[in-house]
Amino acid sequence: MLSTKNLNKSFGSLVVAQDIALELPKGVRYALIGPNGAGKTTLMNLMTGMLRPDSGQIFLDEGAETEEITSLRPHQRVKKGLARTFQINTLFPQLSALESVALAILEREGISGTWWNSLPSYRNAIDEAQGILKSLGLGNDSFRMTKELAYGRQRLLEIALALATRPRVLLLDEPAAGVPKDESAALFEAIANLSRDLTILFIEHDMDVVFRFASRIIVMVSGRILVEGPPEEIARDERVREVYLGKAHVAA
Amino acid sequence: MENASSHFHEKVRWRWLEIVFWLCTLLPFVVTPNYLSLASQIAITALFALSLDLILGYAGIVSLGHAAFFGVGAYAAGLFSKYYFSEPLTGLALAGLLSGVVGYAMSHVIVRFRHLALIMLTMGFGLLLHEAANSASGLTGGADGLQGVRTGTLFGFKFDMFGRTAYAYSLAVLFLCFLACRRIIHSPFGLALRGIRENATRMPAIGAPSLAHLRKSYTIAAVMAGVAGALLTHTTSTVSLEVLSFGRSADVLVILILGGAGRLYGGIIGAIIYMVARDQFSGINPQYWYFWIGLLLVAVVMFLPNGILGGLSALYKKSK
Repeated sequence: MLSTKNLNKSFGSLVVAQDIALELPKGVRYALIGPNGAGKTTLMNLMTGMLRPDSGQIFLDEGAETEEITSLRPHQRVKKGLARTFQINTLFPQLSALESVALAILEREGISGTWWNSLPSYRNAIDEAQGILKSLGLGNDSFRMTKELAYGRQRLLEIALALATRPRVLLLDEPAAGVPKDESAALFEAIANLSRDLTILFIEHDMDVVFRFASRIIVMVSGRILVEGPPEEIARDERVREVYLGKAHVAA
Repeated sequence: MENASSHFHEKVRWRWLEIVFWLCTLLPFVVTPNYLSLASQIAITALFALSLDLILGYAGIVSLGHAAFFGVGAYAAGLFSKYYFSEPLTGLALAGLLSGVVGYAMSHVIVRFRHLALIMLTMGFGLLLHEAANSASGLTGGADGLQGVRTGTLFGFKFDMFGRTAYAYSLAVLFLCFLACRRIIHSPFGLALRGIRENATRMPAIGAPSLAHLRKSYTIAAVMAGVAGALLTHTTSTVSLEVLSFGRSADVLVILILGGAGRLYGGIIGAIIYMVARDQFSGINPQYWYFWIGLLLVAVVMFLPNGILGGLSALYKKSK
């Protein structure tokens, strides 16, 4: 579905992505793990076009065809079906939850440039927005201003906004960042319940969650992909143990 | 429990206070017939501030050079009625069109910048146009202003010294532009503009062509500012170089901040307070007029960060 070829990016002498080659097939739930500073968010920024790679290519499947999207701007990639959420809430504080999601739908439908029709006449978009909010358990919060929502609800709204773009590939940057452990399980439950057609890549530090919800795992270290495989394999992998346990030994 | 559509309907609905407000704008005809010229100046300034509100209050584009469009509109209307055709409505349309074209051209540069660079850029463009108009004295009259502008009759009414026609004309145009703005902010496009103001980083991530949105809003604002400039030309039958001055750009920003940006009525309320205060204070002591406006500005920004209207609306919400 989404693939990258020899993706490289450096900030000065700091290499943040080195020869990243990935292939994410349709419907798979990928966890992207690795220590802080491994380049996980950078990889997402490269995939979504928020950063330009120094070299390499990014491809997105469109039906039976594969299209290169390396030169597309972020909003154009969203239109192609590649959406993301942010580790730090990146929402519209003074819009209601419903307005925010409706906005994303109107953008998707290409009617956000219309300035002569009034919003209430877009019943379908509004109902769809309400439906998305309900499906994530935000039905009772839709009329409240985003900034008034509890933090955990805001994290869900992050996902709602991405879903409103009707993505085929969804990149979640620590969707449960800052959410208490019990709430985070509910949040991942909501993610697990998303359509099986959706390809998902999520960054997460909590290994319980990773092993519970991911069907495959990618381990990144210092800008490189260390290993990629199903959870059982990753759990047994010596190198991965070293990255995580090695650090634990030092800490101990 | 409100349903999803009514959440939007509620925001679009005309409130009683709004209707009362617009009815009150007719009062000067009967209550203060000697001040109709001032009233017409206020309506023009309000329209100018409203156009700035569209880009500043809704799209978050800070401008210190908005007078550029006001000036282009004023000169366009002046030159057109002096040399070609003195019927005001044609001139008004033409002035709006021309400033829209200038605005659209400038928007390609403007929307790529934010913060300090944006302020400097808009200011730079404003200064450029001001100096250009000053130099092209053969066309514009330079520092002496454009003389010999004649404004024809409007539906058979003459622009006389009492300002009845002037105020009726300015008020009608202000109201129509206000209706257009109100329509715009409650449209999908208006929601997108608020989205850009609220979070410019998120917009591309939901697939929004932010720069195209910004260019469009900048162009619409330029048209309205140009129309305001043309109104000034028509109602005063003269164009002074001051229409392009930095002072005018700064004043309109002050007016909008005083009234409250991002709430449509902020610019209008700001214009009323500013213009009436200037009329009264400068009558007492013209040199010290800016002292009082400075004091008012400091007080408003410190204690009412959302302007006078924002303060009133917060007060109203508290009392409920």
